Amino acid sequence: MTIGNICRVLGAKYITGEEYADREVHSACGSDMMSDVLAFVKDQAVLLTGLCNQQVIRTAEMMDIVCVVFVRGKQPDECMISMAKERGIALMTTEHRMFSACGILYENGLRGGMSYL
Amino acid sequence: MNEKLTLSYEVPADDFTRAGEASGSVKGMLKKMGVAPDIVRRVAIAMYEGEINMVIHAHGGTINVTISPEEIEMVLKDEGPGIEDIELALQPGFSTAPDNIRALGFGAGMGLLNMKKNSDEMVIDSTVGVGTTVTMKVYIK
Repeated sequence: MTIGNICRVLGAKYITGEEYADREVHSACGSDMMSDVLAFVKDQAVLLTGLCNQQVIRTAEMMDIVCVVFVRGKQPDECMISMAKERGIALMTTEHRMFSACGILYENGLRGGMSYL
Repeated sequence: MNEKLTLSYEVPADDFTRAGEASGSVKGMLKKMGVAPDIVRRVAIAMYEGEINMVIHAHGGTINVTISPEEIEMVLKDEGPGIEDIELALQPGFSTAPDNIRALGFGAGMGLLNMKKNSDEMVIDSTVGVGTTVTMKVYIK
């Protein structure tokens, strides 16, 4: 599934990184706990989160996460946006709640990654 | 790359917004040096978890990273409260992080375990009231 497809099925709006729309995403993770995200390793993942602070972008950076979707219409601040731009991470926001957003992506064929525990 | 490269970072005290700057910098450096992506990611995750811990629990500290052709060594040193029971601290889900840190997305009690999982060697040297030094190695070859 591409970043562009994710944006479309979630009815999301790009905040930055629309130019990465053709990039493939292989798995997804939905969490507000960055600790848990860091314990999950899978290439080219999308992260869905209701958390909105700079550590979301840092976590994405460390995990090579290519796209972050903020649920419940959350809007990252300017600092987060510029951090994401520097790191080549696409950001988007959707009005869906976490459960629904994850469900929609699952229904469209995206699956969770492997956790090590 | 035949020589050793040493990098030093100060982790600022209690500045949660800046936590991860050092790890991000090391990650960028290793990428540029052409180190394999899975190695780069393991170093980044292990060091980032450690850096977050230093900010949450220990009022910051210093991180020294040595990159050699064989391995990447990270030494994270703080003068924080120390870890009372290391074995307990390594249990999944065990955390002493306060609620305000949990609200920021950390403190699930996975950090130390994740550091161990992502490194090939990890030694924790901690004295209550004195501080903690965590030494982690990730092998390149």
